[in-house]
Amino acid sequence: MLKYEILASALANGLMTGAVYALIALGLTLVYGVLHIINFASGAMLTAAMYAVFVAHSVFRIDPYVAILILTPLFFVLGYAMQRWVIGPASHGNDSNILLVTLGLSIIIENLLLATFRSDTRSIDVPYGFSVIEAGGLLLSLPRLIAFASAFAVAALLALILTQTDTGKAIRAVAKEKTGAALAGIEVAHIYAVTFGLGAACIAIAACLLMPTFLVNPRIGNAFTLVAFTIVVLGGMGSIAGALVGGLIIGVVESLSGLYFGESLGQIGIFLIFILVLLVWPTGLFGAKA
Amino acid sequence: MSGASTRSILAVLAVLALLPLVLPSNTVLSFLTFVMIIALAAQGWNILAGLGGQFSFGHAAFFGTGAYGMALLQARFGVNAWVAFPLAVAVAGAAGLAIGFLSFRAKLRGSYFALVTLAFAEVFRVSANAWGFTGGAAGILLPLSPDPWRMQFADKRLFYWLALACVGGALMVTLAILRSRFGAHLVAVRENEEAARALGVDAVAVKLQAITLSAAITGASGCLYAQKFLYLDANIAYGAWISVEALLAPIVGGLGTVLGPLLGTLLLLGIGEASKLFFAALTGSSVPGVDLVVFGALLIVCVAFAPRGVMGLLERRAAT
Amino acid sequence: MSTPILSVRTITKRFDGLTAVDSASLDVAPGTITGLIGPNGAGKTTLFAVIAGFETPTAGTVHFEGRDITGSEAHQRAATGIARTFQIVQPFAGLSVLENIRVGAYLRHRTRADATAAAGVVAQTVGLGTMADRPAASLTVAGRKRLELARALATQPKLLLLDEVLAGLNPSEIRDMLPVIRCIRDSGITILIVEHVMQAVMNLCDQVHVLAQGRMIAHGTPAEIARDHSVIEAYLGHGAAARMQALTGQAEAVPHA
Repeated sequence: MLKYEILASALANGLMTGAVYALIALGLTLVYGVLHIINFASGAMLTAAMYAVFVAHSVFRIDPYVAILILTPLFFVLGYAMQRWVIGPASHGNDSNILLVTLGLSIIIENLLLATFRSDTRSIDVPYGFSVIEAGGLLLSLPRLIAFASAFAVAALLALILTQTDTGKAIRAVAKEKTGAALAGIEVAHIYAVTFGLGAACIAIAACLLMPTFLVNPRIGNAFTLVAFTIVVLGGMGSIAGALVGGLIIGVVESLSGLYFGESLGQIGIFLIFILVLLVWPTGLFGAKA
Repeated sequence: MSGASTRSILAVLAVLALLPLVLPSNTVLSFLTFVMIIALAAQGWNILAGLGGQFSFGHAAFFGTGAYGMALLQARFGVNAWVAFPLAVAVAGAAGLAIGFLSFRAKLRGSYFALVTLAFAEVFRVSANAWGFTGGAAGILLPLSPDPWRMQFADKRLFYWLALACVGGALMVTLAILRSRFGAHLVAVRENEEAARALGVDAVAVKLQAITLSAAITGASGCLYAQKFLYLDANIAYGAWISVEALLAPIVGGLGTVLGPLLGTLLLLGIGEASKLFFAALTGSSVPGVDLVVFGALLIVCVAFAPRGVMGLLERRAAT
Repeated sequence: MSTPILSVRTITKRFDGLTAVDSASLDVAPGTITGLIGPNGAGKTTLFAVIAGFETPTAGTVHFEGRDITGSEAHQRAATGIARTFQIVQPFAGLSVLENIRVGAYLRHRTRADATAAAGVVAQTVGLGTMADRPAASLTVAGRKRLELARALATQPKLLLLDEVLAGLNPSEIRDMLPVIRCIRDSGITILIVEHVMQAVMNLCDQVHVLAQGRMIAHGTPAEIARDHSVIEAYLGHGAAARMQALTGQAEAVPHA
């Protein structure tokens, strides 16, 4: 009976963590689907967003969930600016260059945070941090349950934006046929930047959802970067549904393998999934041809 | 278009060899020794990425394999350091061949290749951190015993010259490649793989040869590192820092050029030290990470404005 | 017809349910220029890619000099003597013209000196002699087409596959290129050419094969193809036969080099 409960709670925890992973992967896969680039700085951007939540809470006494309302637009603008005025112009449209420029950005962001906040691990203290809800004999962490539900809400919102708004339609047009979209009067550089901004906004929301139960230090983003890439290739590069399903799978795999093999070897499981998918199954679950 | 001749390489090596005699400072010497170790790693990366166009984000996998090979062969098997060196280099080369075989057979290119190499390096890092044989998280310590027979020298200049000789060897190998049929094939694969295949170039074989050689050279750098510091752990040997420095130096110095990686390492580490000193003077205490902030900015600036790095700028000046 | 140097037998190539080439066969006699024509999307480039080893056929075989090469890779076919050019030119942009050609020359020459010398000779042959040290990226479209040809020639092929080597050239550039192609044939190299410029096909080719919607619908001499009203109407549309006949008449008026 105990065995079942441990397993079930590991499963539930995996699903809840996986949903937040999915949210980070969502930003990554959206950017890939439209710009066909891999944003190597997404981990560092997540770290920056987590510090922003930390500062908002410890300096301005803003609750992390309220901070969503401030940080989402802020990171959208930052992401927009990054793509429009740094990544786009600096990479001259070359695939390897984009990877290198985003690597450069990730090094800059990570070390600026290190220089500012030093290497200490920080966390925030919220009254509901350890609140639990009982469901089916399981004790579920309230903030993580909120994170789980919010991740799906954000994914749905993103899907709505993409299908219902003019900007969303323009994004999909650019993703499909860049030249054609440009000929139809769509400003491609602007759409690229909007997409990048949406990705950054997803990352900001993920940070707000993570902070009530998570720690932050300048290198925390690295832990998420490969996990997010794994989700994106597993789900299929550019697929929103793939990011969601992939996120949940990876969350569960991590949680269960951590339970059976210990935390550090559990990490290897994710890297091996990543390598295997790339080597033998590059289209992933929902992807088009790589 | 290789940007270097045998004569200019020998001139650069001669100047570097004489430096410790002119500047008898321990700080300068240990800085230069470190530069040589990193430059060697960078030269390895440059063969695969600069000449062959395959951007690896995980050269730590080869650096670390060389370093652990060197340390474990001595500490666990009692192998002599001078024997362990070529053996560890061969193991690193084999790791390159294995990773290359899997990746290139699966037709991974561009960003996908970069990411898969990064993932391999991470697998190696986590494994070395967890495995007792490699010393686990505590790392592995080599006994200090200054004895030329153990590749440890009382006179620190001897180790510097050893490292410099390795760098010189790698420079000559790079130059020879650029002037060879293999080099022409490698550069053709970088420029356009389809067209190269149409001209009879076995692209997969060429890339496999390149990654093996590249990994072996970066592995040699790991061997020197282990021997210089006599201590390793997984985060040093397989850490992202060395993957980043191995790719930054050639990009800053001049991607695909012979002297670019060495020049880039000198510049990069020089600027890094200078910025650390500058910010320490500015704020009154040392600020962690400022050198890396500068590195990141340099990377972006080079990609944006100087695609062939400092060597490219020098060539352009020479041309006008 | 003598023993064909290239024999393509019932090649079929499908992509995700779409049949690009459907059981197509063709023979190329040694020492000739053979044309492969057909409307856009007929599957010419796919068939070409199958012959050159860049695509694996779903079914069928390719024989070169009597040997089955269906399973061999592109670089191995180059070594046995098949060279190709690309419809969209693919220069090694970062290299000089001579360095580009030398990559091809290295196939038969091991040393740098030999390969450089051989590349220099080929550069002269195609009229790029004066531009050998220029960066390939600085060439005009016509120059790039010549470079594409030169690199392929430098591999010393027995069979040369030309994929729309005249497309994108103006009439006077085409007139300059035709004697170069004929000269290659006269040096003993067999040529299979995919071409849209109908005048050139009628002018150059000894035999013409017609591909439409993945199927081989006719073959014969240019004159026979031009006279084959029903076939031409079928794939070029109504009235095309008359236009084509006019073209052949015109082509014969072009002075031979």
